[in-house]
Amino acid sequence: MQISGAQMVIEAFIAEGVDTVFGYPGGAIMNVYDEIYKQDGFQHILNRHEQASIHAAEGYAKASGKVGVAMITSGPGFTNAVTGLADAYMDSVPLVVVSGQVPMSLIGTDGFQEIDAIGISRPCTKHNYLVTDAADLPRVLKEAFYIARSGRPGPVHVDIPKDVTAQIAEFNYDIELELETYKPHVKGNPRQIRKAMEAIAKSKRPLFYLGGGIINANAAYEVRELVHKTGIPAVETLMARGVLAHDDDLLIDMLGMHGSYAANMAMSETDLVIGLGARFDDRVTGKLSEFAKNADVIHVDIDPASISKLVNADYPIVGDVKNVVNEMLEQVDKIHSEKYELWRETISNFAELHPLTFHEDTDRIKPQWVVKRVGELLGDSANISTDVGQHQMWAAQFYPFSRPNQWITSGGLGTMGFGFPAAIGVKAACPDKISINFTGDGSILMNVQELMTAVEKKIPVINIILNNNFLGMVRQWQTLFYDKRHSETDLSVQPDFVKLSEAFGGIGYRVKTKEEFDAALKDAVEKNVVTFIEVIVERFENVMPMVPSGGSLFNMMLLEKKETK
Amino acid sequence: MTENSERRVVSVIVVNEASVLSRITNLFSGRGYNITSLTVAPIPDSKYSRLTIVTSGSVRVIEQITKQLHKLIPVLRVYEHADLVEKEMALIKFPITENIGDINTLCEAYNGKIVNSGENVIIAMVADEPKRVSNFLEAIKRYNPKEIVRSGAVALER
Repeated sequence: MQISGAQMVIEAFIAEGVDTVFGYPGGAIMNVYDEIYKQDGFQHILNRHEQASIHAAEGYAKASGKVGVAMITSGPGFTNAVTGLADAYMDSVPLVVVSGQVPMSLIGTDGFQEIDAIGISRPCTKHNYLVTDAADLPRVLKEAFYIARSGRPGPVHVDIPKDVTAQIAEFNYDIELELETYKPHVKGNPRQIRKAMEAIAKSKRPLFYLGGGIINANAAYEVRELVHKTGIPAVETLMARGVLAHDDDLLIDMLGMHGSYAANMAMSETDLVIGLGARFDDRVTGKLSEFAKNADVIHVDIDPASISKLVNADYPIVGDVKNVVNEMLEQVDKIHSEKYELWRETISNFAELHPLTFHEDTDRIKPQWVVKRVGELLGDSANISTDVGQHQMWAAQFYPFSRPNQWITSGGLGTMGFGFPAAIGVKAACPDKISINFTGDGSILMNVQELMTAVEKKIPVINIILNNNFLGMVRQWQTLFYDKRHSETDLSVQPDFVKLSEAFGGIGYRVKTKEEFDAALKDAVEKNVVTFIEVIVERFENVMPMVPSGGSLFNMMLLEKKETK
Repeated sequence: MTENSERRVVSVIVVNEASVLSRITNLFSGRGYNITSLTVAPIPDSKYSRLTIVTSGSVRVIEQITKQLHKLIPVLRVYEHADLVEKEMALIKFPITENIGDINTLCEAYNGKIVNSGENVIIAMVADEPKRVSNFLEAIKRYNPKEIVRSGAVALER
């Protein structure tokens, strides 16, 4: 059929099964918005800033496992979205982002709201396109969705000049893609897998090192089976929270800079790292030369460039982690769980020596308590998003995750302002789950305008602001490494968060006691509207344990020993 | 790059489409890899182009370069050459007052000749292995070359 470029965008979205588009209109994308007005195949959620549109699409993608979709205009609309693209790229989030561009005749003339969008998005997307002919649009859009979700997922950016959205051309979406140069390697080499399984069978102290790739590959339940059948203990990266359930005996918490003592010691003592969909990020490894020093490394990853990038892999396996784990399960009888009894005991001793905990030794509420309490009250019924900073680490350490896609955070880029819009996307994807955003008094103000989005679209995100009147994580580093010079991190001057939420039409609570907190959370869940729960927490609480930047994993700063509850 | 840095030649076959070259050069600058020289031209009767990139880095860096290049969507193949034939061309402009006979003889020793002569200058061409081209350029310094242009290396696996 002969339709306009703008109509093609709508038709392609519908053909891809898109049910929600996050975006913000503007001059160059108006033709497409005109078609959005006329259609009823998907809902459009108007965020109040383009960065928030991308984060919302990320939240949607991470919670649903589908491709997130966002739409923005040219120039400032696009540049506002760049942080979101970079965030999605670092965390391998499948997105298709469509931006308007000035008409072809104006490209290169410094036209109104013109910027070289694909020049800017190139290093922070998996791939991008400038579409110069509407006849290319069906193929480009189909490729964009395919590239976004296949292989190592990532954001794909499609920039469409305004005149191309008006141009009429033939639309046929039922086409075979011919991507001669893009063929992700999904099946692991059987010989390598066999060798890896033999290495596991021979090892005495093997350790699963689980990464976010498992969630991307929808392989958490296969991994759970593999862990249980082998009896091999496992550590999770920040992005892998929820792969194993919190009460799994074989899960030894998160590892890395704020990993538990047991997890970091296990990684330091293991003789075989079994890396599944993890990328040996610097926040995980600490000092590379001391990382898992005496261990061989099995590394399963869909992205060959992740293998042996930082840590040499003795058993590299390029493939989709789901396929590879399924193949491993077929050979699992080679492995005898009893063999690792002593190793499991060693790890329990680590955990007993320095458990992951905190002291309730002040009058003020401890931020960790808030996370634990939400876990006790809501548990599996909530999806948990976060912003970036101390609250993020406490949420990762203390929330009792029970399933994959329950945990939505900005790991690689560490983007403050991610949480609230992401939680909006999460709620759009999973309306039956409560959408919690743990945030800080610093982070929440970056994208606070999303109150309006949540009120307008009746998206009841509950933002729990752990307010310590500090840019807490930077303050922690200043306390520990900059001789307590708290440069520009004191956030004593603050808005009234309760009134702020109310001003937009949401509700707000300021709580100072545990009882008040319980009551506020219960009330918020019942009221089912966007909420700020501001919790006044201990100001100088530090995230512990901590591996100082560049230090070895086994050299942790630990929580002081005291009576613990 | 503190580990032993080695010179390597990498050939990349890419779809001949808009902005593909900037994808490649962005990758090098963004990840801090070196480009010593880069040549690019379409492959006859195909939709592909071939780039020859001379780079340097440790074994790990070179491995990353080839993997990261391969990750780019329009990249069809990446060859990291071990056993290769490598050639480079150079054009050199000399004042006409220099000893043309000597220059011509030198050029011939490096697969070259004088290719143009004008009122004030002559232009000579040589084509040889990059190292030999460097040697040649060293040798002709005494003839006061006014301008030198090197093409960058091209290479084929044996």
